[in-house]
Amino acid sequence: MIPAGTNPPVATSFFFYLLAATMIIGGVLVITRKNAVHSALALISTLLAQAALYLMLYAPFVAGVQIILYAGGIMVLFLFVIMLISIERAEKERQFNKQWLVGMVAATALGGLFIAVYTTTTKGKMLFPEGRMTYGETQNTQAVAALLFDRNAGQYMFAFEIASLLLLVAIIGAVVMAKKRI
Amino acid sequence: MHAFIEYIQSYLNSDLTPGGAGNIFWATVYILLVFVGLSIAVIAMNWLERKILAHMQVRLGPMRVGPHGLLQPIADAIKLLLKEDIIPAEADAAIFWIAPFMVVLAAFTVFVVVPFGPTHAITDMNIGILFMLGVSSLSVLGIVMAGWASNSHYPLIGALRSSAQMVSYEVAMGLAVLSVILMTSLNPESTGTLSMIGIVQAQFAQGEWFIFKFFPLGLIGFVIFAIAMVAETNRAPFDLPEAESELTAGFHTEYSGFRWSLFFLAEYSAMIAVSSIAVTLWLGGWLHPFPNLLNSPTWELIFSLFPGISFVLLALMCFYNTARMPKHPLFRVQTLGLAGFGVVLGLIGLILFIPAVRMRVTDIFWFATKVAAFMYLYIWYRGTFPRYRFDQLMKVGWKILLPMGLALLILTAVVGMRTELWAELQGALHP
Repeated sequence: MIPAGTNPPVATSFFFYLLAATMIIGGVLVITRKNAVHSALALISTLLAQAALYLMLYAPFVAGVQIILYAGGIMVLFLFVIMLISIERAEKERQFNKQWLVGMVAATALGGLFIAVYTTTTKGKMLFPEGRMTYGETQNTQAVAALLFDRNAGQYMFAFEIASLLLLVAIIGAVVMAKKRI
Repeated sequence: MHAFIEYIQSYLNSDLTPGGAGNIFWATVYILLVFVGLSIAVIAMNWLERKILAHMQVRLGPMRVGPHGLLQPIADAIKLLLKEDIIPAEADAAIFWIAPFMVVLAAFTVFVVVPFGPTHAITDMNIGILFMLGVSSLSVLGIVMAGWASNSHYPLIGALRSSAQMVSYEVAMGLAVLSVILMTSLNPESTGTLSMIGIVQAQFAQGEWFIFKFFPLGLIGFVIFAIAMVAETNRAPFDLPEAESELTAGFHTEYSGFRWSLFFLAEYSAMIAVSSIAVTLWLGGWLHPFPNLLNSPTWELIFSLFPGISFVLLALMCFYNTARMPKHPLFRVQTLGLAGFGVVLGLIGLILFIPAVRMRVTDIFWFATKVAAFMYLYIWYRGTFPRYRFDQLMKVGWKILLPMGLALLILTAVVGMRTELWAELQGALHP
């Protein structure tokens, strides 16, 4: 619908830094708040900012699914469970972190991986070239569908189905663990 | 200055939505129009709900403030704004403060993509319907926050019920919506669409509203959605989160004054939002009845006269009731007020007959009429059905609507692809 070149681009560095800052602050709040409900709400703001980042990448479909699944679905269930915890007792408990060494190593490794991916060149080309990528925002949903289901171009169907099988196993596992007799 | 006027006028010649044309001025105008229109609709709903409910129960309803209680919503609004705004001492103040805004934000943001006409939407998104479902699912967060932050028993139980209910019914709702999106893909190019405008255009191109498509499949999908949407908006008979007889007022028990009115506003605009989804997906959105048969210029003219006629009829109703007002000096002001209201309605009706206005508002009128029918249904449900028990609610959601939705999705796919499937089968049998 939108003719190319009429709209100013949304993907400016200002929005990126704003959203990235929201995500980082939200993430830090998730692990530092004593009150579990506050943590969950901070996580929601992180997830919403992430959805906005997907929008900046011209992937509205992924952004929409992110909002429906994470912010609207999973986080509601999180809150549902957390609300039943006695907050008074949780507030008095000392916060602890026994795995800070492992966490540090993992975070450093992940950061190193990001830097490596960003700087490596294969056959003289960088993985992330300078400049904006022009993806068809108006055809994003159709493009995702083609990648999944198209007879010729579709190549991610199997991976997609395997992922759903993994989720099914997780659900069955949760039921088996929660119920003594089935 | 000249460039600015040209900028404003350039949009009028395009056949795009303001968002699609990237015109910030008209986008702002449309946002304001939608906001004002919604507020008026909520005020009207407030009055209509009391009146219609009262008449269903053989009562008069509000009669004191203004003629036939017409000014009652305004009196209520003033009362709510002047009321003391209390935050309970033990409440989590920040979340308690933010929750109503969250609910209102979610309820109003969805109207960004609602198509009141082929160009009368603030913007058209590639993910239109997904955006509407996603953002409206955020309102449950606000409700949960409100219930939890109140730090009191009834609101907490209300919030728990609300989250369980909305998560359960979202699934069935999504399946019904999916079946419609499958139907949009049944065109020669065989690409479906999630765009709200695209869905209505697909119904026009396929020559039937999706409620009649693959009878009775479209109808079943519509019924599933129509049930799920009542549950999503926490209205009777699914109003367990705010069940008066059990939980005082549910999740907003501790709220008062302005904050409470925000919840009220959000509830009604959410009702209008889900009704607009139903109208767009199944009832042909802005299309007038029989858009493919009655599309000659004469019929277009007749259908474009409807908005004016309906307002004139409303005005005549006002004049009739003015004549029936008691002839007592005490009622003089009220009688004059009702006559004045009738004159205003009649004038609006006359303005709507002007050709330039007429052609622009026809689409909006047909869309609004269909949504209004749903609003009446909401009131009708409230007047007729007793509230569900919670286990019954869960049973309806998970054991009836969800399997029906799954079967509907598969059947729609099979019926829609029947020629291709048949060809595949023939190929497999006779290689």
